[in-house]
Amino acid sequence: MINGRQLYLAQRLSAVLLVPLVLIHLALIIIAVRNGLSAAEILGRTRGSLLWGVFYTLFVLAVAVHVPLGVRNVMTEWTRLQPRVVDAFCLLFCLLLLIAGMRAVFAVV
Amino acid sequence: MTSKTSDTVQPDRSQHDHVHAQPGQAQPGDRLEVSIWRGKRDGGFKQYAVELRENQTVLDIVTEVQRQHEPSLAYRFACRVGVCGSCAMTVNGAPRWTCRTHVNQVIAGNQLTIEPLRHLPVIKDLVCDLAPFFEKWQKAGGTFKPTKSRLDKPEPIDPQSPARKTANAAIECINCAVCYSACDVVGWNNDYVGPAALNRLWTLANDKRHADREQVTDLAFQEGGCASCHSHGNCTRHCPVELSPSQSIAALKKSAIFGLPDVE
Repeated sequence: MINGRQLYLAQRLSAVLLVPLVLIHLALIIIAVRNGLSAAEILGRTRGSLLWGVFYTLFVLAVAVHVPLGVRNVMTEWTRLQPRVVDAFCLLFCLLLLIAGMRAVFAVV
Repeated sequence: MTSKTSDTVQPDRSQHDHVHAQPGQAQPGDRLEVSIWRGKRDGGFKQYAVELRENQTVLDIVTEVQRQHEPSLAYRFACRVGVCGSCAMTVNGAPRWTCRTHVNQVIAGNQLTIEPLRHLPVIKDLVCDLAPFFEKWQKAGGTFKPTKSRLDKPEPIDPQSPARKTANAAIECINCAVCYSACDVVGWNNDYVGPAALNRLWTLANDKRHADREQVTDLAFQEGGCASCHSHGNCTRHCPVELSPSQSIAALKKSAIFGLPDVE
């Protein structure tokens, strides 16, 4: 069973990880759009790239930890749902982000 | 007290300074329009006219209303000199010790509104039931558990040690519940134990005589613990004894990553 301290640590550490990842991700989008790269050209650079595979796997893992914990805090404060219901919803949300995110990573790498 | 870091909210010292009436405000001899809460939470305000005097606290006003206008008015006080914390009420929207609040500090024009503390059940008029406040204080783990019995020699504590100085900076809380009433998170999260309870827990974290010191971080992070704090800083802004529960809560949060401070 994960306790409150571990959840707090997971959210803060995933936030620390997300700061550089999000900045690099945003910079990448801007560069790709401004240079007018096509989807095929982008895929040509990402496919088979271990670097981008590791980068976006880390990104997805950090998001799958950080976002559901934030949603859990909001739901705990703003709804009258039972803690078990909130936890179950956030666990499912975590799995959804993980599956959808990793599917996208496999698709581009 | 230890020096306070710049990223924490500093207490509003104007609350404690003697402030003279501003131009346009009521002067001694004028009639004040005092609105006082009557009944329970579903009650309402009732207006009273009270003469403004040269030196007059909000507690003086409440006492005058009870003695001259409304004998059935319920309110609570004991020491009248800012030691016990019993007379805490919401005055013109902010929680304060009424015995230490000069009327001139808080009147808007000639208006004064006096309500019970927020976030606590109202027993009658200005009297709150503080039971939920103390129950949460217990839930947070604020009870000191000694490592020695009365038969042992007392533990020598160096008053100049960093841990003792840190504990001393937060130790003077008298549980008046002003911070609890000022805290918005307490208002919207029933589980949140509140600033006073967490401030107390931080003093225990720095006390080497406390037998359950190792449990402090887990207690601090239980549901409704320090992770629920949004760092608004209202507790520190309104604390009548100028403590900084915000700083204590921030320190408890840090302990999740860096562990408890060394107390030896």
